[in-house]
Amino acid sequence: MAATSNSENGNGNGKYKVIGTRPIRHDGLDKVTGRAVYGIDQNLPGMLYGQTLRSPHPHARIRSIDTTKAEALEGVRAVVTADDFSPAGDDEVISLVEGVFRLTHMRSNILAKDKVLYQGHSVAAVAATNIHIAEEALRLIEVDYEILPYVEDVHEAMREDAPLLHDDLTTEDFGEDTGTKSNIASHTQFKIGDLEKGFGESDVIIEHEFKTASVHQGYIESHNATAEWKTDGQLTVWTSTQGAFGVQKQTAGILGIPVSKVKVVPMEIGGGFGGKIPVYLAPQAALLSKKSGRPVKIIMTRADVFKSTGPTPATYVKVKIGADKTGKFLAAEANFAFAAGAFPGSPVWAGAMCVFSCYSFPNALVDGYDVVLNKPRSAAYRAPGATPVILATETIVDEIAEKLGVDPIEIRLLNAAQEGVRRVDGVVYPVIGCRETLEQAKAHEHYRTPLNGPNQGRGIATGFWVNAGLKSSATAHVNEDGTVNLVEGSTDIGGSRASIAMQFAEVLGLPAEAINPSVGDTSSVGYTELTGGSRVTFATGWAAYEAAQEVKRKMMAKAAMYWEAPEEEVRFEDGIFLHATDADKKLSFKELAGHLKDLGGAVVGSGTVDPDYGSGGSFTTCMADVEVDPDTGKVTILRFTMIQDAGTAIHPSYVEGQMQGGSVQGIGWALNEEYFYSEGRMQNASFLDYRIPTCFDVPMVDTVIVEVPHPGHPFGVRGVGEASIAPPPAAIAIAIYNAVGVRLRELPMRPDRVLAACLEKLAASH
Amino acid sequence: MQNFEYCTPRTLGETFDLLGENDCQCRVLAGGTDLIVQLRQGALSVDRVIDIKHLPECKQLICDPIEGLTLGATVPCHRIYEDKAIVDTYPGLIDSIAIIGGIQIQGRATVGGNLCNSSPSADSIPILIAYGATCEIVGAAENRRIPVENFCTGPGKNILEKGEILVAIHLPPVPKSSGAHYLRFIPRFEMDIAVVGAGAYVELDDEGRMFNKVRIGLAAVAPTPLYAREAGDLLKGREVSDESIDAAASSAQSIARPISDMRAPAEYRKHLVKVLTRRALWGAINRARGEFVPNAVQNNDQ
Repeated sequence: MAATSNSENGNGNGKYKVIGTRPIRHDGLDKVTGRAVYGIDQNLPGMLYGQTLRSPHPHARIRSIDTTKAEALEGVRAVVTADDFSPAGDDEVISLVEGVFRLTHMRSNILAKDKVLYQGHSVAAVAATNIHIAEEALRLIEVDYEILPYVEDVHEAMREDAPLLHDDLTTEDFGEDTGTKSNIASHTQFKIGDLEKGFGESDVIIEHEFKTASVHQGYIESHNATAEWKTDGQLTVWTSTQGAFGVQKQTAGILGIPVSKVKVVPMEIGGGFGGKIPVYLAPQAALLSKKSGRPVKIIMTRADVFKSTGPTPATYVKVKIGADKTGKFLAAEANFAFAAGAFPGSPVWAGAMCVFSCYSFPNALVDGYDVVLNKPRSAAYRAPGATPVILATETIVDEIAEKLGVDPIEIRLLNAAQEGVRRVDGVVYPVIGCRETLEQAKAHEHYRTPLNGPNQGRGIATGFWVNAGLKSSATAHVNEDGTVNLVEGSTDIGGSRASIAMQFAEVLGLPAEAINPSVGDTSSVGYTELTGGSRVTFATGWAAYEAAQEVKRKMMAKAAMYWEAPEEEVRFEDGIFLHATDADKKLSFKELAGHLKDLGGAVVGSGTVDPDYGSGGSFTTCMADVEVDPDTGKVTILRFTMIQDAGTAIHPSYVEGQMQGGSVQGIGWALNEEYFYSEGRMQNASFLDYRIPTCFDVPMVDTVIVEVPHPGHPFGVRGVGEASIAPPPAAIAIAIYNAVGVRLRELPMRPDRVLAACLEKLAASH
Repeated sequence: MQNFEYCTPRTLGETFDLLGENDCQCRVLAGGTDLIVQLRQGALSVDRVIDIKHLPECKQLICDPIEGLTLGATVPCHRIYEDKAIVDTYPGLIDSIAIIGGIQIQGRATVGGNLCNSSPSADSIPILIAYGATCEIVGAAENRRIPVENFCTGPGKNILEKGEILVAIHLPPVPKSSGAHYLRFIPRFEMDIAVVGAGAYVELDDEGRMFNKVRIGLAAVAPTPLYAREAGDLLKGREVSDESIDAAASSAQSIARPISDMRAPAEYRKHLVKVLTRRALWGAINRARGEFVPNAVQNNDQ
């Protein structure tokens, strides 16, 4: 195991030439000079501008929609509603890496059919010659609503007498349809061992309830889509997305046309974090384009991003853990309900995988419920489902340690998950780096540095994310100057062009700069699942590795042709093609590339992979120091350290970037971010009142990269994009407790909540 | 955004002509950092926007030891906090205007606009109240001067009549043993709207031990910014002590009637009034005693 701190200037790890170094990213110059082309930059001749009419009500039946006045407005070229969808086909299910969705639900989320299910639900869209006319036309659309009772709390939504959102939704229990009409879309259960026996043998049992608010990914670039539906039936979509093939699949499914009729061009992306997996605008823009015969661009406003696109589910989580006197965990039980929003599909399965993921629990039971209610459909957000359940488990682990007088790192080390441990959902861990992150925490100078002031406290927590594998493709073309054009299918959110190109370069002994990576559209690269699940550096990097292997084989054959020697006499070492017996025959990659034009033409290599889940996941341990203002309850983060197992860090700077990004978002969840509702309506749909951390709210986040190589990947890569968001709220809750003696079990830990807890404690002590 | 007419009058006369036209919904623009946002959101509907930035009366910025400070209504925050004399003489004003939005906003936003927008949470108003500032209002027919604490009448509402504009704000001169301080509570450390704001102005005796005069202003705890007159008056002639300050803070707290909203629950706001009033008073006292109290412009690094 190796560990790299960001205070060291890591430059290579000795094992590899390119991997582990920190070259300048290939897309860097365009990004910092403003030349990178984003979705809103897309302009086409004759293009119209679209706007969307959204419901002001949390729950209402649509009696009628009258669009005649809007259509009559000068400059309006098309108005569409749900009636413009072609008659619904089969109710297929679409899998999008971090969730599975019914096509009928996806379609009615794009344009409401009979009912609106949340404030912000789209009911109609307009295309006009400019954006102001389109906006004015929205005011001329008359919608007759019959207001219905709404439900916004997860427990109320689960009640039998709750207002039902969907006539056709019945509870699925253990994968079986119960036939019971309910807002509970599904119940998931996982179980190992004998729970009763485990709790029976426990010397200490602690159980608590936790709540977390809906939070938004808060990507800086809002959703956008430009669509051109030509008369030959070919539809092209330019959009900001985490996956061009995901947009193709959803758009084709929603519109009821074959995927071959939809080409999706992924533009540069200004953040996604899971929120740019679902489509919102592409089908609207497509329908408007079809009706008007012109290309149509729609850009979502920030308020609509908040009100109409998926935040995380609000959650209720109850966890109970039993341990013996030494702190060894004997049993654990979790029961949680996730508020999926208007349509099912919250990450209950992931919550179940993560809740007890960091430790060995011989006996455990998890019950999870996916519940619909009158809020926007939730979407994936960095380690979906993990953060709320890790908050619960880690807080209780801390309480057990305190009760038994055991050091919080020691109790975690005593129980840490490792190779061979069976998780509650049945997965048996391969080689993982949970223990190693804890050991690094223990050895870290942060852990040994005393706090220096009243009302200060330190918290430690461990987290996990499962990490996906799935399909990826890459294709490489060798240029005659010895460089290589590498087209890959993963949209680049966090520096993945660089990390993929570096894995390709490593195989061929080329510098990273010799590779020109680009992200392909759906017609220029093989099928690639979306950028999510911490899978891109792992899987698309692997596809690039395979493509490089093919290039290597073909180049060796070209070398043989050049030397008129049998292929088996050519070797490839350290980036040089060698003749097995004639030491004078040597060609660098560049030299050989220069001869390709006389050797039968181009060298093209491609790779496709489909590694399954079971990559072992990635573990994180973090430490937070806080200071609480006892008069106001305001929490200041004094110091923060994030430690993560990256398997092998391809580009350490981008690994650290992910770790810092996840930490900052986790701090946001912990302290201030929340969807604030009143009467079924979001009150804080702006970056002013939806408070993501600013640079003044977070200290420099120190990072330590731990490298326990993944045995199943050619370079030992594990995904690193998500696990860093899982433990920060727990670490901060524990730090607050250590600072002022109050346990907060509801996110966000707003100043008023911290103060109320402090005042309550004060009152109780008198 | 809807279409509207945009006018840039060069004289007061022109301005009144534009304002006075019948059947024409007008709004006056200074920095525009509230107005343009409201127009974009569709919260306001107007026929005409009158930009008064080019009126000489609105551009004045004069810091005079005898006359006090004259602050033209369209002077942007950055012009104020880049003026060393003002920074040294009116640090309490700087406390507030240097935390309104970020630096880009401060390049445009004006104190006059902050007043006319009349938000209960306006950062500049409590400290203007504490300094005893007055508003110079000019109309086609008559001019008037009124204390800042009487300017706002409700959220987004004020005493300006149709055809009147706020031209300038006047802060009285400050005697030697005086000090002022503004602070607000926000859940983050920047870029927020005040959950509660408190501004205090004190005049102490020559020894810095007794209060001669105290004025306290509050934000975000009522439909308008508040002047906590009694809280200030009860300190007059009393010794500077935790006890007397606590009594004033409690008095200020008693007049707060905050609401619960997305920014904070009412009960919490009420609690904060006491905490912030106390802290604002101590900041003002320390300045009156010649001690250094940092703000966004003057910090320990300098």
